[in-house]
Amino acid sequence: MDMGIQQRVMDLAEKYGNEDLIVVLGGAEAEASGLAAETVSKGDPTFAGPLAGVPLGLKAYHVFEEEIKNEVDPQVYDDQVSMMEMVLDVDAIINEVRTYREG
Amino acid sequence: MAYPVIKGARYLLVHVPNMLINNGTTQTVERKKNPDSSYLKNIYKHIRSFEDAVAYPPNQVYIGNISPDELAKMESPWYENLVHGSSRFGRLGEIVPEDEFYAWMKVSDAFELVFLEKGFTDELKLKLKGNELFSENDISKLGSGFEIYEIEKLVRENSAEPLNMGEKLVGCIKRAHDIDVNLSAGVILENTAAKASAAIVLRKLIKDLGIEAESIDYIIETSEESCGDMNQRGGGNFAKAIGEIGGCINATGCDIRGFCAGPAHGLINAAALVQSGIFKNVVVLGGGAVAKLGMNGKDHVAKGLPVLEDMLGGFAVLVSENDGKNPIIRTDLIGKHNVGSGSSPQAVMQAIVADPLEKGGLKIGDIDKYSVEMQIPEITVPAGAGDVPQANYKMIAALAVKKGELDRRDLLDFARKHGMPGFAPTQGHIPSGVPFIGFAREWLLEDRIKRAMIIGKGSLFLGRMTNLFDGVSFILEQNKGKGEEKKQPGKEQIKFIMAEAFRELADNLLQEAGNWNGK
Repeated sequence: MDMGIQQRVMDLAEKYGNEDLIVVLGGAEAEASGLAAETVSKGDPTFAGPLAGVPLGLKAYHVFEEEIKNEVDPQVYDDQVSMMEMVLDVDAIINEVRTYREG
Repeated sequence: MAYPVIKGARYLLVHVPNMLINNGTTQTVERKKNPDSSYLKNIYKHIRSFEDAVAYPPNQVYIGNISPDELAKMESPWYENLVHGSSRFGRLGEIVPEDEFYAWMKVSDAFELVFLEKGFTDELKLKLKGNELFSENDISKLGSGFEIYEIEKLVRENSAEPLNMGEKLVGCIKRAHDIDVNLSAGVILENTAAKASAAIVLRKLIKDLGIEAESIDYIIETSEESCGDMNQRGGGNFAKAIGEIGGCINATGCDIRGFCAGPAHGLINAAALVQSGIFKNVVVLGGGAVAKLGMNGKDHVAKGLPVLEDMLGGFAVLVSENDGKNPIIRTDLIGKHNVGSGSSPQAVMQAIVADPLEKGGLKIGDIDKYSVEMQIPEITVPAGAGDVPQANYKMIAALAVKKGELDRRDLLDFARKHGMPGFAPTQGHIPSGVPFIGFAREWLLEDRIKRAMIIGKGSLFLGRMTNLFDGVSFILEQNKGKGEEKKQPGKEQIKFIMAEAFRELADNLLQEAGNWNGK
């Protein structure tokens, strides 16, 4: 996860706390999405960014997950996301991201 | 006005493992932050030999010895299935080893900033004698070399960047200013490497196409480097500096930037300059990016792969007046991602791929081959970035599904048929659309394909000036010959004919009215 984004997530968590804050991911690949989910929950596993050793405990969802999809206007979702649903390995991404919410 | 043509394209790879270790930013940053890291200790065990780099199947495709279709059938991982006995010389390009490249950097140095050791210089002179791109004049430019203690002193006391062959110091690059970071030794090294690699491929293009260097009117350089000083950081002009080494005495030029989309922007500009009649022969080229060497090295080392990002890339394409034979650039069907296009993948693909096709009354399947970001997948997959060309082909196919032009079940087949595996090094602008132009030109001439689309995309956000995405595309098509094109009057021509007819009619009416008044 990009250093700048790690810092932004950390700042937002400090400002709003971690109870009413979730992170929505748009990663194109399972491993990278899982890495991002892990970074915002348990801390940066690569120990490269501001979240190294900082377990924020934030829950991350991928934009493909029903919990997020159902909150979005279907027309907007169709225009913005549906094409990528055809292209990417949706199940693998969701399974990977979910692991870090449950773990 | 007749469409311009692609007269030829040539490609270059330079195997630079020592620059990877010394100057790739992943390694330089690690050296600053974690000088004792296991990555820096282990990277040496993952360096490829020149022979292995030459025998690496995607590199053989890049220089034209293996076709992309053949690569798709070859067993992977390709780094374990080398094509032994491969040649560094290809139909469409060449692979240059690091020692020879140091000689090219010396020849490209206009300010006495590149120093090569005496004995090493003698070795290079012997090795390069008879090289068809390296002239006698170049050999004399190498001079007699410098004593090793002079080079050691420059590295030790004057912040010069070392040039190594393994553990041995064989030269260095001096800084060009003591304070200005834009002229630091590291930047001069990057810029000289970009210049030298582009100069080699320019010379190769000129030689292989059998054209006179003097016939080139204009050069557009499209790398992602920036040359200038503290008062004009990106002042330029790589293009002219490269043209000088290429012997293009009648050319001027400029640098066009657009991140990875730079080459596609450059080619569209070149097409416009030629079609408008401003220039007859325009070369679009780009050299290699030292900073990107070993960019994903940490993942490669952690996963037991060779550090595959050990190649600098280069390309040169000649755009010329319509000769009735070579493939044309359809300048009336240019795809472009506008400021207001939207940044979702769908919006991007619509703007770059679908819009120009719809304008020309074409369907997504009417393009036989799409050339997207052609990064070698086994470089990017271990780093978590996925198979970039494959993802692009699937997106194009998904767009066709959304438009009702393709059944969803055929998505993967479409991606396979209209795509190809990535075969270019992850050098930013280098893999972006242009690597396929050489094959596309040949396949269009052989009637193997009718149309190809070249796509360039750029991640502008990296410069922190905008979050906008960018991309442009153009279509290459078989040339139907000059005569046929003349038979079909264009819009402007029709307007002119109509205007002439109306003028004639008005003259007749006036004449008749005059006659009548006179009666």
